[in-house]
Amino acid sequence: MAGAPPLSPPAGTRAWLLSPEPASRWQARLGRFYLGWRAFSKNPLAVLGLGIVLLLVLVAIFANLIAPYSPIVGGDLRTERLLPPSAAHLFGTDDLARDIFSRVVYGSRTTLWVVMLVAIIATPIGLLMGTVAGYLGGWVDTVLMRITDIFLAFPRLILALAFVAALGPGIDNAIIAIAITSWPPYARIARAETLMIRNSDFIAAVKLQGASTPRIILGHVVPLCLSSLIVRVTLDMAGIILTAAGLGFLGLGAQPPMPEWGAMVATGRNYLIDQWWVAAMPGAAIFVVSLGFNLLGDGLRDVLDPKAAR
Amino acid sequence: MTANLLEVEDLRVRFHLRTGIVEAVRGVSFQLGRERLGIVGESGSGKSQTGRAILGLTPPPGEVSAKRLTFDGIDLLKASRRTLRTLRGGRISMVMQDPKYSLNPVMTIGEQIIEAYQAHRKASRAEARDKTLAMLEAVKMRDPVRVFSLYPHEVSGGMGQRAMIAMMLVTDPDMLIADEPTSALDVTVQIEVLRILDELVTTRGMGLIFISHDLKLVSSFCDRVLVMYAGHVVEEIAASNLRDAQHPYTRGLLNCLPKLQDDVRPLPTLTRDPAWAL
Amino acid sequence: MLDIQNLSVVFGAGRLRVDAVKGVSFQVEPGASFGLVGESGSGKSTVLRAICGLAPISAGRVLVGGEEVRSPRDKAFYRTVQMVFQDPYASLHPRHTVDRTLSEPLAIHGEKNAEARILEALREVGLGPSFRFRYPHQLSGGQRQRIAIARALILRPKVLLLDEPTSALDASVQAEVLNLLDDLRVRLGLTYVLVSHDLAVVAHLCERLLVMRQGEAVEETTAVALRSGAAADAYTRALIQASQGFTRGAVAPA
Repeated sequence: MAGAPPLSPPAGTRAWLLSPEPASRWQARLGRFYLGWRAFSKNPLAVLGLGIVLLLVLVAIFANLIAPYSPIVGGDLRTERLLPPSAAHLFGTDDLARDIFSRVVYGSRTTLWVVMLVAIIATPIGLLMGTVAGYLGGWVDTVLMRITDIFLAFPRLILALAFVAALGPGIDNAIIAIAITSWPPYARIARAETLMIRNSDFIAAVKLQGASTPRIILGHVVPLCLSSLIVRVTLDMAGIILTAAGLGFLGLGAQPPMPEWGAMVATGRNYLIDQWWVAAMPGAAIFVVSLGFNLLGDGLRDVLDPKAAR
Repeated sequence: MTANLLEVEDLRVRFHLRTGIVEAVRGVSFQLGRERLGIVGESGSGKSQTGRAILGLTPPPGEVSAKRLTFDGIDLLKASRRTLRTLRGGRISMVMQDPKYSLNPVMTIGEQIIEAYQAHRKASRAEARDKTLAMLEAVKMRDPVRVFSLYPHEVSGGMGQRAMIAMMLVTDPDMLIADEPTSALDVTVQIEVLRILDELVTTRGMGLIFISHDLKLVSSFCDRVLVMYAGHVVEEIAASNLRDAQHPYTRGLLNCLPKLQDDVRPLPTLTRDPAWAL
Repeated sequence: MLDIQNLSVVFGAGRLRVDAVKGVSFQVEPGASFGLVGESGSGKSTVLRAICGLAPISAGRVLVGGEEVRSPRDKAFYRTVQMVFQDPYASLHPRHTVDRTLSEPLAIHGEKNAEARILEALREVGLGPSFRFRYPHQLSGGQRQRIAIARALILRPKVLLLDEPTSALDASVQAEVLNLLDDLRVRLGLTYVLVSHDLAVVAHLCERLLVMRQGEAVEETTAVALRSGAAADAYTRALIQASQGFTRGAVAPA
C-alpha cells in the first residue's frame, strides 16, 4: 500500500511534471503540486484520511441518491420505532421510526456545511489579523494581539454557548459562534510565522523594489503562512465537528427535525442501553470523520510544513 | 603502534533518499600520521562527510562503508558503541565550524571543559579544574579564571572557538578533525586562532585533519593536501608543491581567486569537466 | 552620484543603544565603484542599509544624484538605487518562481512588456530562458545570485548596492559572479557600492575604498595603494597581512 502511488501518471507525463526546466507558470506549479502529491501518497494513513474526507464530500453531494428513506419523515410509529440494524434499515431506526442510515447520510451535509463555513470565515480572519500584526508590529500588533488574547481567554465551547444563547439556537448561529471562537489560534500561528519571515532578505528585497505594505503582506507573507495554517485548520476540523456536535447535543445547534449527528447522539442517549444503535451510529460517523480530518492534517503537515520539508 | 594513526581505504558514504541513492563520498583513501593533512573542496565535494564518517557522525539516512577504516589499529566500523564513545572526545576530537552551535548555551565554558575532561579521564574535580584553566591559558585566553565562569553568549566568536579548541584538546587526543574551524570568524581573528591551533598540534604531536574550502589557507597551514571533487580525491599533493598541481581542478581553484597583488580581469573561471566526477 | 555626509546610525535607546555607524562620509562618482571593507560589527552593511532605507539615518545626510533622500523612500528612489544581498538562499522568495520574482518589480512600477524584459534580464546575467519558471530550490547558489542580480537590474537602476554578493558562494562561482558584475558595470554604466570583508574582492571590483572598524571610518584608500601594500593605518595593514593567508612566522618559516 505504501509502495506505488495510487495515481501514477505515465512516464512521459511524469517527466513533464518533474522537468527541471518548466516551460510555463502552469507546468512549474503542477510539477510542484505533483511532488507534494507524491510525498503525500507515500503515507498510507494520510491517503486514508483523504479518502474519508472525500467520501464525506461525495455522500453529502449525493445524499438524496444514497439515502433510501426521508431523513425527516418517519415510518409507522407503532411498528417501525427503534428497530435494530437490518437489511431494510442498515443502521436501524430511531424513536420516531426514522431510518438512521438516511439521517446519518443527510447529516453529512450539515457537518460539511459547518466545516466549510467555519474554514471560510475563521481562516481569513486569523490569517489577516496574524500577518498584519506580525508584519506591522508596534501598536497595531499590541492592539490586534490583545483582542486575540481576549478571545483565547475563554474556553471555546463556553464562548460558543454564550454566542448561541445571545443569537438564538440554530445551525447558522452555531457556525458563526464556532467561527468567532476558532480564529485566535490561527492569528497566533500566522503572527509567529510572519515574525520569522518579516526580517528575511527576500522581504527586504521586495521592499527595496518599492512594494506597498498590502502587496508585501498579501503577495509575499501570506503564501508562506498559508501552508502551516492549512495544516492547523485541517487538524482543527475534528474539533470543530465535535464542537458542532456538542452544541447539537446540548440542543443549541441544529434544531429538530434537521438531521445533525450531535443532536442524534443526544436523542439516542435515552435508549443507550437497549437500543445502542440510535446513539452509536451517528457517534461512529462523528468519530470516523474526525479521524479522517486528523489523518489528512498529519499527512498535509508532512508535505506542506516548510520546516519538515527539505 | 603503527606509524599511521589513521588508515582509510575506499571510504564511501551513501544516502538513501526518496529520490534515490546519493553517494556523497565515493572511494576515498588516505593515511594520516602525526602530521597536518588538509582536505579541500567546494560545497558538495564530500569533504565534511569524510570527516564525519571517520568519527561515526554520519547523519541518519547515511550509510558508511570502507575496505579499511582503522584508527591506531582499531577498526572503527566494527567497534562497539562503547569503544567509539571512549575514542570520540578522548583520543579523537572534532572542532566544528561555528562555536555558537557546538557549545552548550546554558553551561559556563569552564563547566563544559571540565565535563569533557571528566568524561574521559578519571580525575578529581580540583584536578579537572586545574587542567581546564591550564588549557584555557594554552589557547591564549587573557584571563582564564574569568573566561572559566563565562557563558558562551558572553564571549566573542574568536574566543568561543578558542574555548571550543580548549575543550577538544583537554583530553590530549591523538588526532583532531577540524571542519572549517575558522570560517565563521573575521580574517584577523582567523589567523590568531589558527596560530594557536598550529602551536598546540605541533607541540603535542597530534595528527590533524583540516577540512576547508579555502585552498590558500589550507596549503599555508598543512603539510599535505587532498583535493576533493564530487566525492573523491582528485589530487594529493604536498602543500609546498601546490604551485605545480597537475589536476585542472586544483589549478582552477588556485587561479580563480582574486588576488590582492595582481589585477587579472576577467578572472579565470573553472570549466568543469564531467570526466573529473567519474 | 552618491554623497554620504557624516552618516550615523543608532539602534535602540538607553541601555540598549547601539551606535552602529558613527559619522561616516564618502562620495562616489557616477560610474565608479566604491568599496566598504571591515570585519563583522564594523557597520559596513548598516551603511548600505541606511542608504536604501532599511536602517534609520540618525544623523547626517545621504544624497543620491545631488538630492537628499526622503524617508520613507519614494518609488523614484527605488528606480535609481537597488541592492543585492549576501545570501542568495535567503534573498529569493522560496515559493516564487524566477518569473514571479522578476515580474514583481515590473508590476510594482507599472512597467509594460514584462515578458520581453524578463527574458532580457535573464540573458544579461548569463542565464537562458529555460530558467524562467524554476523555483529557487531548483537553482544552485551561483544561479540564485544571478537571479538576485537580474532582479536588481530589471528596473534599470543607476546605483547598485552590493552587500557581500559573493561571500556565500564557492570560490569558482565567486569568480564567475565577480566577472559578471565587472562586465555589467561597464555595459550598463552602473555605479557600485560594494561591501565585503575580503580585501581581494574589493580591490578587484573597486577603485576606491573605505576601511571601517566598529562603526567608524579608519582610512580611505585606493585599490592601487592596497595592491602595493601601502596603508597609513595599522588596522588596514593588519587586514592586508591577514588576507595573505596563514604564515608560520618565526616558529617554522614556510
